[in-house]
Amino acid sequence: MEEVTQELESKEYFINMGPQHPSTHGVLRLVLSLDGEIIKKVEPHLGYIHRSIEKMCEHDSYQQIVHLTDRMDYLSCHINNEAVCLAVEQALQLEVPDRVKVIRTIIDELTRLSSHQLWWGVMGMDLGAITTFLYGFRDREIITDIFEETCGARLTMNYNIPGGLFFDIHPNFQKRTKDFITYFRKKLPEYDTLLTNNVIFMQRMKGIGKLSKEDAISYGVTGPTGRASGFSCDVRKQHPYMAYDKVNFKEVLGTEGDCLARYKCRIAEMWESMSIIEQLIDNIPEGPVKVPTKAVIKLPKGEWYQKVETARGEFGVYIISEGQRSPYRLKFRSPGFSNLSALDHMARGCKIADLVAIMSTLDLVIPDIDR
Amino acid sequence: MKSIIKYFKDIFSGLRSLVKGMAVTGHYFTHPKEIITQQYPENRDTLKMFERFRGEVVLLHDENNEHKCTGCSACEVACPNGTIEIIPKRIEVDGRKVKAIDQFVYHLQMCTMCGLCIPACPTDAIVMANTFEHAVFDRSKLTKILNKPGSKIMDGIK
Repeated sequence: MEEVTQELESKEYFINMGPQHPSTHGVLRLVLSLDGEIIKKVEPHLGYIHRSIEKMCEHDSYQQIVHLTDRMDYLSCHINNEAVCLAVEQALQLEVPDRVKVIRTIIDELTRLSSHQLWWGVMGMDLGAITTFLYGFRDREIITDIFEETCGARLTMNYNIPGGLFFDIHPNFQKRTKDFITYFRKKLPEYDTLLTNNVIFMQRMKGIGKLSKEDAISYGVTGPTGRASGFSCDVRKQHPYMAYDKVNFKEVLGTEGDCLARYKCRIAEMWESMSIIEQLIDNIPEGPVKVPTKAVIKLPKGEWYQKVETARGEFGVYIISEGQRSPYRLKFRSPGFSNLSALDHMARGCKIADLVAIMSTLDLVIPDIDR
Repeated sequence: MKSIIKYFKDIFSGLRSLVKGMAVTGHYFTHPKEIITQQYPENRDTLKMFERFRGEVVLLHDENNEHKCTGCSACEVACPNGTIEIIPKRIEVDGRKVKAIDQFVYHLQMCTMCGLCIPACPTDAIVMANTFEHAVFDRSKLTKILNKPGSKIMDGIK
């Protein structure tokens, strides 16, 4: 009898999820330690899409660094660009015109909206609902059209330069943005009907992947993921930059910290983003769109840190300058990396299918993690 | 008893939520006009890109096959990826030797379409074109020489 029970005793075994797995959203390899279907441990292995962006920055001029940040978190590229520009402007003690501040804020929020739309679509697809992917992309298409018309590209926009913007907004920008907001205010409830109230969806999200507030703080989890756990970490509220101190918006905070809370937090953020854009779109002040800078920007000796709130969390740029045309060292604090570190803590004891749900609500972008 | 009621309640509310979602998809199934799919590549003739769209770098030529590039290499310096390579030559104008371009080499395969070369140009010789169908069968075809054969610099551009 004893021999039989020993044979039946399950053994711990390892399985690789990724690097080529549709629900890892890129080349992330997760080494899962399993007991049956229960996850004992998750170990993320990184480096499959490492392009040494930080090292490349040490050879590029400050204008050239901006376009590299497009390739990190490509879904909130404008906000990344802005972080570098703000750090350089801080070092040069440049005060950008009000028009630049407002335009940057509007495009930031449009970027956040488009990122959340894509996340919503992709998350539905991870959980087995391909329809949502098409709906998310349908609405995102309108925003990318706005970007294409004003910035010149759909994804890697590179619209910011240290000291302002590449060029002024397109004459159609305001009308298109307003049209989009009226359109999307009608369409966002559709998202809720399709997914939020769906019984299958609710059962896969409720109570899965819990992260307490204390754990969120100790892991450095920021963005909607941290806020869903009740951690008030919105950089836009705590350390306002650009025009965020002039607009009224609510920092969306959740309490449970599970997958559903993170989902609801992002949906609520979409409403907030729309209200921010509505407050600003009619009040774009007149004026120049850039402060003239020297062709070769040389920062004085010193260190600067600038953080902004991307769609995924706090994104920081730390520049050490030795007075040359390129930085001595440049460090990016990317939100995806810190958020990923909490994955092991959240996924322990869950099933494999739950891991997919947890990963989608973390909203990982792998090039942002690897850089 | 309560648990039995809850059990059936859950089933019905679950079914209702599924039907609600299906109603949305059913609406679009019966209203094909609200679908915004573009029939690419069938719509190539009518497809118009936005004027600011960055597709590739082109050197502008006028009807006399003249361009504005002086060969100053400002775009080469501004480019982060070494996409632009300017091979200069010396030409004689009014008895003086002047720098001019021999070849304006553009490596499309390395270009990230950041657009930094455009504001760097002091004479506005290059612009970003709207073309986007760059696929070719051979990688060597992606390296382009932008100045047309026999072209020369416009008068009065320095």
